[in-house]
Amino acid sequence: MGEEVKVFGYWASPYSYRAELALKLKGVSYEYINEDIFGNKSDLLLKYNPVHKKVPVLLHNGKSIVESVVILEYIEETWKHNLYLPQDPYDKATARFWIKFIDEKCFPTLWLAAWSPENEREKVTNEACEYMKTLESALNGKKFFGGETIGMVDIVASSVGYFIRVTQEIMGLNLLSADKFPQLFQWSEDFANCSIVKESLPPRDKLLPFVKGLIAKYQQDNAKA
Amino acid sequence: MAGELVLLDFWPSPFGMRSRIALAEKGIPYEYREEDLRNKSDLLLQMNPVHKKIPVLIHNGKPVCESVIQVQYIDEVWHDKAPLIPSDPYQRAVARFWVDFIDKKIYELGSKIWKTKGEEQANAKKEFIECLKLLEGELGDKTYFGGESLGYVDVALVPFYSWFYAYEKCGDFSIEAECPKMIAWVKRCMQKESVAKSLPDQEKVYEFILQLKKVFGIE
Repeated sequence: MGEEVKVFGYWASPYSYRAELALKLKGVSYEYINEDIFGNKSDLLLKYNPVHKKVPVLLHNGKSIVESVVILEYIEETWKHNLYLPQDPYDKATARFWIKFIDEKCFPTLWLAAWSPENEREKVTNEACEYMKTLESALNGKKFFGGETIGMVDIVASSVGYFIRVTQEIMGLNLLSADKFPQLFQWSEDFANCSIVKESLPPRDKLLPFVKGLIAKYQQDNAKA
Repeated sequence: MAGELVLLDFWPSPFGMRSRIALAEKGIPYEYREEDLRNKSDLLLQMNPVHKKIPVLIHNGKPVCESVIQVQYIDEVWHDKAPLIPSDPYQRAVARFWVDFIDKKIYELGSKIWKTKGEEQANAKKEFIECLKLLEGELGDKTYFGGESLGYVDVALVPFYSWFYAYEKCGDFSIEAECPKMIAWVKRCMQKESVAKSLPDQEKVYEFILQLKKVFGIE
């Protein structure tokens, strides 16, 4: 077909991962370019995302699409097989609601709970637990947020289901535990065990030291502020 | 027909205005219900238990929350009338990008302008103008962000115009002086009945902000 599909990403970025997983779920071949986001961003990245200068960037036949959720919607509308959003407008609106909830509330608060100083941690942790309880209710007895198969909410929730779980392991926290959130915990296991997901997730042994370093940096920066 | 569609809203909310404009553009009748945010109705708490916020669009008894989700929903359900979101996937992605940008920047920076003073306010004003200039760049020579007709980005952005006078008074600056193209675009939008009828008077919004400042003890 002569299509040019490229992803500018960062191997440890949960946002970058979403774009790659979506393309893999649709069986779309792409070239992956790893950006040195902590050191030296490439001229191409700055050209394709001049406003935010961030990864991921999807390049499709020379046109750039940025912001992970915008990318996911674009991929869904461009490659119209193996759909991961519901067709019904109301169900679609519900999926979009949970995606926004994860990105605006769940994920940022869970990350904050991981590196917050001791004196603030309890408050943030309580807030995070409330959000996880709410997110768990969205599962409503289903295997995945998308039903029997992975949907767009699952792709976005990978930030919580995998990346946050790795983070918690480092910090010795047990927020997403089987006894506190049995459904959500089971979901994260089922999600990570899907073959497409398993083979595309950044490896745990590489991710652990990276996240450890990142948390240390956040704590340092916060102490200075 | 109106019994099928209810909008729980609060008159100065730029987010509520988005849904009002979208429904008006498509000529869809609905019941508007004003919420007292200090005394939220049982219906609001029931329909938006997660955030307990307005606007909430209730269609055949089922709630759709979050203004950008509502506008997309309205466009998808009533797709044959005055389409707001482009049909081409790349154009849609561009529109979504700018709506996301507006959501991340405009409201928060605007809030800082009326809530803060000194250096924090000065920084907020500077960044606010920079964001408007970026949006002016995206608009270019087009009549609307949506081209010849009102689009998703127009609907998402124009409600903030009703707060411009309040920002200007609180921040002691002129948005038109810095971003004339933006104000020219606003004036074109305000010529549309769907927009003019959905936005409250700027002076009323300013009075509302002054009340809020008193309540929050902001000088």
